[in-house]
Amino acid sequence: MIEPAAAIRLDHVSKAFGAFRVLDDVSISIPRGRATVVLGRSGTGKSVTLRHIVGLLQPDSGRVFVDDDEITALSPSALAAVRQRIGFLFQNAALFDSITVAENVAFPLRRHSTLPDGEIRARALEKLAAVGLARAAESMPGALSGGMRKRAGLARAMALDPAILLVDEPSAGLDPVTSEEIDDLLVQVKQERGTTLVVVTHNIPSARRIADTMLFLHEGRVLAQGTAEDLERSEHELVRKFMQSEAGG
Amino acid sequence: MSGFVRTVVVTRLARGGHAATFAGRALRDIFRPPFELQETARQVYELGWRSLPLIAAAGYAVGIVMSMHTRASLERFGAEALVPAGLALALVRETGPLVCGLLLSGRVGAGVGAELGAMKVTEQIDALEAVAVDSFKFLVVTRVVACMIAMPILTAVMNFMGMLGGWTAESAVSGMGFEAYFRAAFSLLQFSDYVPGTLKTMVFGFIIAVTASYLGVHTSGGTQGVGYAATRSVVTASILMIAANVVLVRLIFFVFPEMAE
Repeated sequence: MIEPAAAIRLDHVSKAFGAFRVLDDVSISIPRGRATVVLGRSGTGKSVTLRHIVGLLQPDSGRVFVDDDEITALSPSALAAVRQRIGFLFQNAALFDSITVAENVAFPLRRHSTLPDGEIRARALEKLAAVGLARAAESMPGALSGGMRKRAGLARAMALDPAILLVDEPSAGLDPVTSEEIDDLLVQVKQERGTTLVVVTHNIPSARRIADTMLFLHEGRVLAQGTAEDLERSEHELVRKFMQSEAGG
Repeated sequence: MSGFVRTVVVTRLARGGHAATFAGRALRDIFRPPFELQETARQVYELGWRSLPLIAAAGYAVGIVMSMHTRASLERFGAEALVPAGLALALVRETGPLVCGLLLSGRVGAGVGAELGAMKVTEQIDALEAVAVDSFKFLVVTRVVACMIAMPILTAVMNFMGMLGGWTAESAVSGMGFEAYFRAAFSLLQFSDYVPGTLKTMVFGFIIAVTASYLGVHTSGGTQGVGYAATRSVVTASILMIAANVVLVRLIFFVFPEMAE
């Protein structure tokens, strides 16, 4: 049964790429205003799950809901309206490489707000400052390190103050201190704005800092679900082993 | 063996159908809002304005060479006086549009194929979708419209520069004045010579942009795939354009029978 308070629901979703079944009848309910961390080994469908939520992938079978909107059945314009409520940080940041970092962050605001130019720029700089990149505002994405690109991508994902923030590997390529700062920022965003967070990570310390609840995906299925403590006590050895890994991915 | 051939044929047909659907969607979306005017204007600048030096230089050189060949041929019949008009007719009707199209398919086809290919493999196209932007309208339709706007203008520039090149060659040989040359050049040209050529270049622009965009947004295989998309864009767009030209010339002769005379 689907929980009414869920911000995101995957209902018996299956997805295969060729012969490789990535998601196999997955049903997930992600509570509103909470941080859900998706764990699992590489290639178990974590990023694919995020892509389904934002409608970048269509399931072979099953349905995906964001609030009461069934993503899998929306018209393009209705899907665009839902996407404005979702921020998405891609695994490789996916910054637009022909415009500056500040313009990248301003891009969603230019497209979807009626704010004056000065206000858009001020907001973009504010978001960049929040991720510690104020000084890189006029840099081109190609001039940034991997970690800086990631932070710029996060600033862009937060530009419209979305109700839902999907974050794919926030710690990848970051030093431990910056990684912790980004985790704190995500928690702060959740607490201050009530943002629903869905974070994919291999980094267990990071997951512990962020998560209210955790999901463990394995071979296209949800192997375990609950708090960090629940997963530590899981009946599945793989889950317990994963949770004991302090080094992270 | 027959199974293999059938598979290849079916795959090719499926791919052709997919590309035709893509082209049909591009054509339809030109007339559907939002119109992305700012991005279209930027693409006109990138694809059109920045191609201007290439087109102008090539047109001038083509004009000189064509004038020399035309003069050499017409001299045998004592008809050197027809060199300006003959060159102008050849440029406006066929050489200008086709050479301009081939040059643009080289410059723009490779550029668009590589740019969209790189955006695809670095997930920038997905990122556009994720920020609620219709990537097809923003990336593909804007480039198609820009190419369809730029092509006729660039062709006109090529034609003018070709005639200028023709005058340069002619004045070096016969000392013909600028005004006399251009008066002679335009003496045989009629309105019906300009219209089909202009419409043809818009079709060429559509073919170049759609082909490069299609191959770009369907790029896979990382950096190698990007290079592959760029190369295939140029080759495919050029071949399709030349093939379309045959059909278009036949169509033009049907609609404007006076041009076949």
